[in-house]
Amino acid sequence: MGKFPSLSLLMMFPRFRMLPSPRVLVLILRVQLYEIMAGYKPVAIQTYPILGEKITQDTLYWNNYKTPVQIKEFGAVSKVDFSPQPPYNYAVTASSRIHIYGRYSQEPIKTFSRFKDTAYCATFRQDGRLLVAGSEDGGVQLFDITGRAPLRHFEGHTKAVHTVDFTADKYHVVSGADDYTVKLWDIPNSKEILTFKEHSDYVRCGCASKLNPDLFVTGSYDHTLKMFDARTNKSVISVEHGQPVESVLLFPSGGLLVSAGGRYVKIWDVLKGGQLLVSLKNHHKTVTCLYLSSSGQRLLSGSLDRKVKIYSTTSYKVVHSFDYAASILSLALAHEDETIVVGMTNGILSVKHRKSEAKKDSLPRRRRPAYRTFIKGKNYMKQRDDILINRPSKKHLELYDRDLKNFRVSKALDRVLEPSCTIKTPEITVSIIKELNRRGVLANALAGRDEKEISRVLNFLIRNLSQPRFAPVLINAAEIIIDIYLPVIGQSPVVDKKFLLLQGLVEKEIDYQRELLETLGMMDMLFATMTRKESTSVWQHASDGFLENKKVES
Amino acid sequence: MNPKLYSCSFDGTVKLWDYVDGILIKTFVVGLKLHALFTLPSAEDSVFVIINKEKPDVFQLVSVKLPKSSSQEIEAKELSFVLDYINQSPKCIAFGNEGEYVAAVRDFYLSVYFFKKKTTSRFTLSSSRNKKHAKNNFTCVACHPKEDCIATGHKDGKIRLWRNFDDDKKYTYTCLHWHHDMVMDLAFSVTGTSLLSGGRESVLVEWRDATEKNKEFLPRLGATIEHISVSPAGDLFCTSHSDNKIIVIHRNLEASAVIQGLVKDSNIFTGLMVDPRTKALVLNGKPGHLQFYSLQHDKQLYNLDIIQQEYINDYGLIQIELTKAAFGCYGNWLATVEQRQEKETELELQMKLWMYNKKTQGFVLNTKVNMPHEDHITALCFCNAEKFENPTLVTSSKDGHFKVWILTDDSDIYKKAVGWTCDFVGSYHKYQATNCCFSEDGSLLAVSFEEIVTIWDSETWELKCTFCQRAGKIRHLCFGRLTCSKYLLGATENGILCCWNLLSCALEWSAKLNVRVMEPDPNSENIAAISRSSVGSDLFVFKPSEPRPLYIQKNISREEVQWGVFVPRDVPESFTSEAYQWLNRSQFYFLTKSQSLLTFSTKSPEEKLTPTSKQLLAEESLPTTPFYFILGKHREQQDEKINEAFESELVQLPLTENIPAISELLHTPAHVLPSASFLCSKFVSSLLLSKETKSGEEIPEDVDMEEGKESDDSDEENDFTEKIQDTNNTDLGEDLLHQLSKSEEKELRKFRKVDYSWITVL
Repeated sequence: MGKFPSLSLLMMFPRFRMLPSPRVLVLILRVQLYEIMAGYKPVAIQTYPILGEKITQDTLYWNNYKTPVQIKEFGAVSKVDFSPQPPYNYAVTASSRIHIYGRYSQEPIKTFSRFKDTAYCATFRQDGRLLVAGSEDGGVQLFDITGRAPLRHFEGHTKAVHTVDFTADKYHVVSGADDYTVKLWDIPNSKEILTFKEHSDYVRCGCASKLNPDLFVTGSYDHTLKMFDARTNKSVISVEHGQPVESVLLFPSGGLLVSAGGRYVKIWDVLKGGQLLVSLKNHHKTVTCLYLSSSGQRLLSGSLDRKVKIYSTTSYKVVHSFDYAASILSLALAHEDETIVVGMTNGILSVKHRKSEAKKDSLPRRRRPAYRTFIKGKNYMKQRDDILINRPSKKHLELYDRDLKNFRVSKALDRVLEPSCTIKTPEITVSIIKELNRRGVLANALAGRDEKEISRVLNFLIRNLSQPRFAPVLINAAEIIIDIYLPVIGQSPVVDKKFLLLQGLVEKEIDYQRELLETLGMMDMLFATMTRKESTSVWQHASDGFLENKKVES
Repeated sequence: MNPKLYSCSFDGTVKLWDYVDGILIKTFVVGLKLHALFTLPSAEDSVFVIINKEKPDVFQLVSVKLPKSSSQEIEAKELSFVLDYINQSPKCIAFGNEGEYVAAVRDFYLSVYFFKKKTTSRFTLSSSRNKKHAKNNFTCVACHPKEDCIATGHKDGKIRLWRNFDDDKKYTYTCLHWHHDMVMDLAFSVTGTSLLSGGRESVLVEWRDATEKNKEFLPRLGATIEHISVSPAGDLFCTSHSDNKIIVIHRNLEASAVIQGLVKDSNIFTGLMVDPRTKALVLNGKPGHLQFYSLQHDKQLYNLDIIQQEYINDYGLIQIELTKAAFGCYGNWLATVEQRQEKETELELQMKLWMYNKKTQGFVLNTKVNMPHEDHITALCFCNAEKFENPTLVTSSKDGHFKVWILTDDSDIYKKAVGWTCDFVGSYHKYQATNCCFSEDGSLLAVSFEEIVTIWDSETWELKCTFCQRAGKIRHLCFGRLTCSKYLLGATENGILCCWNLLSCALEWSAKLNVRVMEPDPNSENIAAISRSSVGSDLFVFKPSEPRPLYIQKNISREEVQWGVFVPRDVPESFTSEAYQWLNRSQFYFLTKSQSLLTFSTKSPEEKLTPTSKQLLAEESLPTTPFYFILGKHREQQDEKINEAFESELVQLPLTENIPAISELLHTPAHVLPSASFLCSKFVSSLLLSKETKSGEEIPEDVDMEEGKESDDSDEENDFTEKIQDTNNTDLGEDLLHQLSKSEEKELRKFRKVDYSWITVL
């Protein structure tokens, strides 16, 4: 790399290009001098693209959780809700009970069990002091967190109430029920204020705006989402989702609306009157729950396909996904994403806590030299006859590089044949073998080993010989080993056994290659029958993958 | 009194120079071929030279008495014989202990001649019959400046220090062994406390106090050390290397300066390229590097490390070779291919794509592709058309495929994955793909498969049509440019040059020409083709639209021309003559097999008028007045010989430094000019000169080849010494002959040139 920026910069000025200015020449000299002083070049370790998931900030962030804590509930967990106020307890609705758990407790700190039938959608008020829940019998009950008996009992729905929520002014409750109605209740008076009968099927989800006390959204099995305004007593926006709506979510700003139903998650722009912004189809079963991360940058969706997907809310691409053991019904994140709680159909509640970062600071810090030592001699002014000698910067070299630099080839090979290296980073071992071969000293490095050392080499070969990416290098090494140790074969049963293993491996590989070639032949037959134009392009792609394997054979 | 310099040459003369002023003082005619020259401070009136009298392989060291005389040319026939049967290399002779004795080595002998006693002692090492001592050959010798101690270097890497050699029986030697290959040169420091040695390992070793334990190293000097010398003051060392490089080293073994020309001793696989950004010539440089070489400055700009691996210089080692390189997208991208093949089946290929980083002003590795093809890559080219917003690269390979690589912005939200991926793989009946090339607008891609040329649409990668002439494998392929963009040219191995019309899909014309190099000019329709015949290489410049060449130059070089390139000019010239119009916008450079870089230049008329400007180099102290330019011609006659010596250097002066004399004459106020009668004849004749050159006869002389950038004379000398050192070289005589004839030829040409200007002056 041209390391000297100023040089090329000078070259761009035509003035300098015309006349060899002395400055340019000096710079050129410095560049060449730099190349001389460049020093030892470390061995290039062949890197292979990591297949599968790429490591991004998101994977790091979302993988930084402890192993999940599993809590067994009595039935399918239909709703999990975190209290917005510290200590961030969460309410879990399962079967006919509502359990309140503390952040780190595995036992419920409180239980509401006064439901005759299944309870639904236990939701905290913004101040975390009240809790509202619907139930299968059509009742909506309001609880005080500290108390046990319900404070209010709203009667009016004729069928199961699956969704309830507090409005932004804290004094009203919205509920949706299987009787196709949506009702607004007044808490102080315990009275029904409004009833909306616009849905034509079960109302199964809903959400109140956090900014406007009069706005709330409900989703129904009639495939529609409706936004209601309490001031107008009818819906202001109605959009068609296309599938029965299972979950609905309003962005904190109230500008965007997210709905989940069927396999789709759809984002709607409320400000444009309910225009579809994006439609996401990343799950392969019904999406049941939605949640926004605390920063609002990531959207989470849980589905019956046992996966939680995390989307970026700017590009709406999946940035990460979690796997769970059973179909997911509910999902919630604690304040600052400290905890992820997922409820599943089999009644298991999975709680994941973020790993604490305080650990790193607790490491004992190395004592640094005193400040005095740092400033020592720093203020010395260069005199006329002094020659300034800079301390040469020391480049860090790996141990095997240090050996190679000093031409200790056997030692370098020994280092990379340590089990810690061969198991974790076989590519380093292979790169060193390749480098030794390039230097023409591989035979020297492999020769003169005793039983233990040679079996270590053979173990590595047996483990990695059949991998296509390592094969060309290792086959060559294996040939050299066989050449060197052929005269002493039969002297050690341990080594002989390894050689036999190696032989078996090679035979297996040859069989495998033959099979591959047969398949290739069959595919060629098929392609030959296709039209000419198609065959030229398709055949190329097909053969490419196979050719890679073919190399091994040689 | 200025310091003096002696020089000797094959023409049998020893010359004395004042090298500060650049004046020849005296010539001593010895009359024998002189191979090396030594002087001693103790014997000022004589010099020592190496000659060979009878057999071609037997050399003698003789002392030549230089007679004192005031005349310019003196016969020096008083030879006194010193040593017989020596090596002609100057490295194999050393004078020791203030000229008390001289040591010479050859094969397995060390001969020492004592001047006082006038006796010779000879020491023999066990010879090659014994396998253990097979490599005992002496390679070089150095003498301690203060003591009676001789250091000799050997072929097996040993250094022997000889003492007590004035006694034939009691002599002793000690061994120093670090080098594992031949010791190329040895030198003692001024005080004699340390000994320097160097060789193929490219490591300068300093042996302190002549002991094996106390040694210091300066490693990684880049190429084989050929010579080592020590400055008389003792504070600097200097090494010269086989890759056309000199390194100046401090006493404390720190490199302080590098003088690097065009890197020499490597095979040129990449051909000649021009970096669109710096306009530098780019080709293989140091092993594993690309060198960027400024043609304007005759300086290497920098080496770009492509292979990025420790270079081990050892005999018989198969190195990774940088085989192909190409610039794309106005210098934003650089593609390189490196390969290493140990056995037939084991080919290691790697393709690297480098992006130009504006911030760091250098190339940064972007993508590395392992085994881009199954077999050798034969060609790679970028699509340089403007309309292609997406950079595209095509590689063709012997495995029968060509692959199209495109830059894909694999944009996830993190924006990190911008790299090159394979977009399309094409083949044609399993023939080997031998060449590929994009048309100027990037709409068509031509790929040659052995004898067949296929044309592909670069939008859809569909095969459009094929051309086949059945005249052997296609060796070169290129599209015409500008107005000739409808033509496609192909040169085959069997010596046929074909031109196809892409509109009619038919052969337009073909010619029988054994093309070795075919290069299109990026700035015009012209195409230069260099053909090889039994006598030499010929250049043809033509437009694809007409089969008749614009310009032919026979015999541009005796050797085979390997590569050529058009370098765009910064400022276009305006030659009106039809024969040179092809040089208006670009200059053609070509590289011969012995790695001389040559170019074509028509000297501008102004330049011809003022050959005296060349003298500026010699006499920089003189003010460059208009008088000087005009009157300087008189001096030329007197200093004709000096001028001759400087000629080769002078030709290299950049055009910009020549001030046109005519304009000077016309713009100088009349009252400061000399009398008109004095100037008139010269002025008129100078005007005539340009007319004369236009007549057909003079063309070959007029379009003079400048053996420009690699300072030619010094290089040939280098070559020469290299060859002589290698005692195993059997066809030495032939080489010498060849070199001589070449230099003679040049001499002749120079004479003719000088004659010519004489006439105009008189």
